[in-house]
Amino acid sequence: MQTAPSKQFEHSALKNYLLDHAYDEMFVSSSRELHPHCEPLLEHFSSLPADELQRRKQAADLSFLNQGITFTVYGREEGTEKIFPYDLIPRIITAAEWAKVERGLTQRITALNLFLKDIYNEGRILDDGIVPREVVYSCKQYRRQMAGLQVPRNVYIAVCGTDLIRLENGEFVVLEDNLRVPSGVSYMLTNRRVMKRIFPQLFRSYNVRPIEQYTQLLLGTLRSLAPEGRPEPNIVLLSPGVFNSAYFEHAYLARQMGIELVEGRDLVTHDNVVYMRTTNGLRRVDVIYRRVDDDFIDPLAFRGDSILGVAGLFNAYRAGNVTLANAFGTGVADDKALYAYVPEIIKYYLSEEPILKNVETFLLTRPKERQHVLQNLDKLVVKAVGESGGYGMLIGPQSTKAQQEEFARKIEADPRNYIAQPTISFSRAPCLIGDVLEPRHVDLRPYVLYGDKVTIVPGGLTRVALTSGSLVVNSSQGGGSKDTWVLSQ
Amino acid sequence: MLSRVADSLYWMSRYLERAEHTTRLLDVNLNLMLDEGPTGAERRWQRVLQALGKPKDIEWTGDPYALTRALIFDTGNKASILSCIIAARENSRHVREQISTEQWQRLNSLYLQVTRPEMQSNRQAEALLEGASQPTEFLQSVMEAVHQFQGVTDSTMNHGEGWQFIQVGRYIERASATALLLEAYHQDLWELPEHITEGNEYLEWMGLLRSATAFEAYCKVYTADLTPDRIFEFLLLDEEFPHSVRFSIDNLQGALEKIQGDSGKSRAEALRRLSGRLQASLNFSSVNEILNQDVVSYLRGIQAQCRGVHETIYALYVDYSIQTALAG
Repeated sequence: MQTAPSKQFEHSALKNYLLDHAYDEMFVSSSRELHPHCEPLLEHFSSLPADELQRRKQAADLSFLNQGITFTVYGREEGTEKIFPYDLIPRIITAAEWAKVERGLTQRITALNLFLKDIYNEGRILDDGIVPREVVYSCKQYRRQMAGLQVPRNVYIAVCGTDLIRLENGEFVVLEDNLRVPSGVSYMLTNRRVMKRIFPQLFRSYNVRPIEQYTQLLLGTLRSLAPEGRPEPNIVLLSPGVFNSAYFEHAYLARQMGIELVEGRDLVTHDNVVYMRTTNGLRRVDVIYRRVDDDFIDPLAFRGDSILGVAGLFNAYRAGNVTLANAFGTGVADDKALYAYVPEIIKYYLSEEPILKNVETFLLTRPKERQHVLQNLDKLVVKAVGESGGYGMLIGPQSTKAQQEEFARKIEADPRNYIAQPTISFSRAPCLIGDVLEPRHVDLRPYVLYGDKVTIVPGGLTRVALTSGSLVVNSSQGGGSKDTWVLSQ
Repeated sequence: MLSRVADSLYWMSRYLERAEHTTRLLDVNLNLMLDEGPTGAERRWQRVLQALGKPKDIEWTGDPYALTRALIFDTGNKASILSCIIAARENSRHVREQISTEQWQRLNSLYLQVTRPEMQSNRQAEALLEGASQPTEFLQSVMEAVHQFQGVTDSTMNHGEGWQFIQVGRYIERASATALLLEAYHQDLWELPEHITEGNEYLEWMGLLRSATAFEAYCKVYTADLTPDRIFEFLLLDEEFPHSVRFSIDNLQGALEKIQGDSGKSRAEALRRLSGRLQASLNFSSVNEILNQDVVSYLRGIQAQCRGVHETIYALYVDYSIQTALAG
């Protein structure tokens, strides 16, 4: 069931713009009128000739390619470097909408951090039966090595990227917490830079809150987590190297912060102290912003076949001689099965109602819920708990019978490894497709920093499912991104 | 500075210098070839191959265009211009955060220009896609790009340790390449073939000078009066000409001293001795002394000393053992 916007918007660029039951970020679904804050945008857009738009789009694409803002697609030999598709139309979030998101995210990261401290120490929440022990201990990301270990300021999650979507009524809800090594923030920053160059007047007319301070805030966060007695900490960013899909981002952040970008082979440990190899001999390292997964970071403590890590790093960490951000074992709190318990976790530690809601989630370890899911596989979304990047997922309404049967078998075999959620038609925002505007599904990943306090730069990375009707926004699966404007009033 | 970073900057710079040298050598010889009879062709192109250090798997087959195509485009060959540009860019990608955005963009767009010709303007695309018989335009644009990269490097990057490693890479490559070029030309410089037509020796000598961008600079010093001993002296011992061996070694030595100052090495003794001896021997020799000995083995000696300096830099800054570092 699709409807066109009101007659007054009969613009040739809007000829394909049809509203459906999903929340639309440009038109109010019920009245089919423009959201007031989108008026200048549509006006500006309508005033530009089509070829001028295409010219600006090409300028933007070329600028990304020349700057080498690319990501690596795995599993193919040729042309593995691609630019992240970029949509010219900014996504606009009002000050009031953002205020709620900001409070909600602050509340959530605070609670999740308390949860991590608790389960790796006293385990009160487990004793009180709020979160079942088996959910925590059966999680692949639970690290026994972290039990009883003190981390600076009790901060486990220094950097987090939470995926939000908007329901049909426009409300922001949390789809996923990314508490391990969330990426994408460099796209947020470069999108803004390109946007300011391409639409300077429009940008200025909107009073958009700045985001450029992100790297400085990140550096401050990392510095605040340095081991005691190291007033001038040597902070480094640890990357898996140039073949990692997010290498551009690692290099970008290191450069913007003015810190060294290191790889595993640059670091050595001796007597539980971490050093980096420099032309002037060995230099001590105090804080590691690591963009390498737990599994690969220390071949002695974790996966022995890893060549990306640093032997002995975990012992140096345990001895308190080096800080890792994020800490080891944070992945237990973004496990998709544990996600279902986050509202309870917030209530337990903060005695507050969650400001941002969760998406309804069925736990397949519960027989009744499993039964329901297996009978409704064609309507639900099933996700593997440990996967990300849009892999290991079944989207019921868009799947074949064979795929559903395959997932049914997988679920029966290992119910702990899967969860199910209703298929949500999350909100759609206008995108430039060819010469015209069409609505596409979008999500939002704001970046939350936690050092001596919680800071969130206004906005985040808006990811777009560029294929019509698609709900998958991941860059590895044909997604793109657009600039996100949070208005100051 | 991280050892790995120093290593990448050094090689980025060396590969670009090599690409530029190969480009110029091909451009000059493609141009001079137009003025000669067919008898000289084999000699000429064999000499080009020798000046490039006899790249593996590339043979003279009688077709200069086939040979230049291989030396430009064959990515299966490590010495080809394309391979050098790809390697330089790969090294710069590893140190993306160490070089300036301007440097990266200049090098990356050179890389895109040569590896994805479909994105370029039509004429260049044709030259690349079809391996057109006249690759001059392509060669010109590569040289321009490398020069721009060097300019941007000097004007946008801190002249700190990283920049000094770039100088080290550039000048060590340049000194060896010029020494090798002189070695390749040595025989023809002194022993002109009997049957050479009048005026052609002048072309040959001019070709040698232009292969090192030295023709105009030479004329300023000695006028257009070309003689073998002056050419030899100019390319080997001139103090002010940027492609002479002496100039290159002076700059190499200067950069190494800065690096030793920056990283306060007391164990740089071996390196100081090696590079200092090489520099002194060039600064305090006269051309006649050199010409009175076995010139080829003298030139080979210079190349060997450059290799020695390279290995010592490695042992000192890049590939040292942790035990020595902790002890020191």
